[in-house]
Amino acid sequence: MSQVDLPDDVVITKLDELASWCRKNSLWPMPFATACCGIELMATGASRHDLARFGAEVFRFSPRQCDLMIVAGRVAMKMLPVMQRIWQQMHEPKWCISMGACASTGGVFDTYAVVQGIDRFIPVDMYIPGCPPRPEQLIQAIMDLQEKIQREGTLDGKEFNTSQRQQTKRALTELPIMGQSTVIR
Amino acid sequence: MSTETTQQIEQRIAGCTVSEFRGQARVVVPCEAIHEALTLLKNECGFDLLVEITCVDYLNFRDATDRFGLVYLLANSATNERIILRTYVNEPDPSVPTATDLWRGANWMEREVFDMYGINFAGHPDLRRILMPEEFTAFPLRKDYPMQGRGERHNFPVIRRGDA
Repeated sequence: MSQVDLPDDVVITKLDELASWCRKNSLWPMPFATACCGIELMATGASRHDLARFGAEVFRFSPRQCDLMIVAGRVAMKMLPVMQRIWQQMHEPKWCISMGACASTGGVFDTYAVVQGIDRFIPVDMYIPGCPPRPEQLIQAIMDLQEKIQREGTLDGKEFNTSQRQQTKRALTELPIMGQSTVIR
Repeated sequence: MSTETTQQIEQRIAGCTVSEFRGQARVVVPCEAIHEALTLLKNECGFDLLVEITCVDYLNFRDATDRFGLVYLLANSATNERIILRTYVNEPDPSVPTATDLWRGANWMEREVFDMYGINFAGHPDLRRILMPEEFTAFPLRKDYPMQGRGERHNFPVIRRGDA
C-alpha cells in the first residue's frame, strides 16, 4: 500500500470533533440574570474581562438564538416555570451554567419561596461556587464547558440522552427538604 | 402631633386608646370602627396619604391576646404629621372592611396583606394574591407556617436532557 502525502493545508479529523470545535468556540449565552450574580455576568461580558476572547460574547435576550443558558442568581418558585419555559425554547445543542451559590443550592435563601438549586428541575452542565463569583470564575466555567463540549460532543448530539446522566438528575430531585420529615411530592 | 387630632379621635371613636411614643401618635381602634376612624382621619383631620398597610402575627407572642395586628400608617401632607392606626383581628375569620373606597392605593397593599396573612378585606374589588403564585394555598408570613414551606418550592415538573 502506498503512502499518500497530505498537503500542508489539509487536516484530517472526525466529524464529531469538527462539530464540537465549531460549537465550543461560538457559544451564545442566554443571560438568565435574577440577582447580584447578574452584575458579575455583565462585568464578564464587558471590556475588562472580555468574554469575546472565548467566543461567547454574543449575549442574546431571546432563547431561540442561544445555546448556553447562564442562570445567575436565586430563582424564586414563581420564576421557576418561566426558567423552564425559556430552557425548553432554546434549540439543541444547548448547555446550562448554574452561576453562584443561590442558583446551585439556594444559597442563604433557605425559605419557602426560593428553589434550592435549579438542577432539581433542569439539567446543569457547570456549577460555579461563589457569592457572587468573580468574572474569572465564570470564564473558567466557560473554558471547562468548552473542554467538555470538545471531549464528549457528537455531531447528532446523542451525548445529551444517556441513561446514566438521567440517573444522577433523578437522585438530585429526591433529596429531602431541610426541616421536613416528608419526602417531596 | 397635634392634640386636636387625637382628641377628636378619642371623642368620636368609641373604645379607642391613644398613646404616644417618641412623638408619634398611636391609636388602637376596635375592629368594627376601623373604617369610621380612617374616614374621620382622611376627611376631617387632613390625613390624605395612606403610607402603608401591614400586619403582625402575634401567635405565641408574650402577653398577646389577639392573633393579628393590622397597622395603617397615615400621613398629613399639609402638616407633615403622621399617625399610626392599629386594630386587632382574630381567627377563624380575620376580616376588616376595605380602605379602597378612601384610597385607591390601598388596593395592592391589602392584596399583599391578604397574600401573606390571609386577612379578608371585605368589599375589596379584586382580592387576589399579589406576590405568591395563584395556585399557592398557604399564607406564608403566618407564624404557624414553616419557614422552609410545605414542599411548594419543590412541586414542579423535572425537565431532563431528553425532554426538550
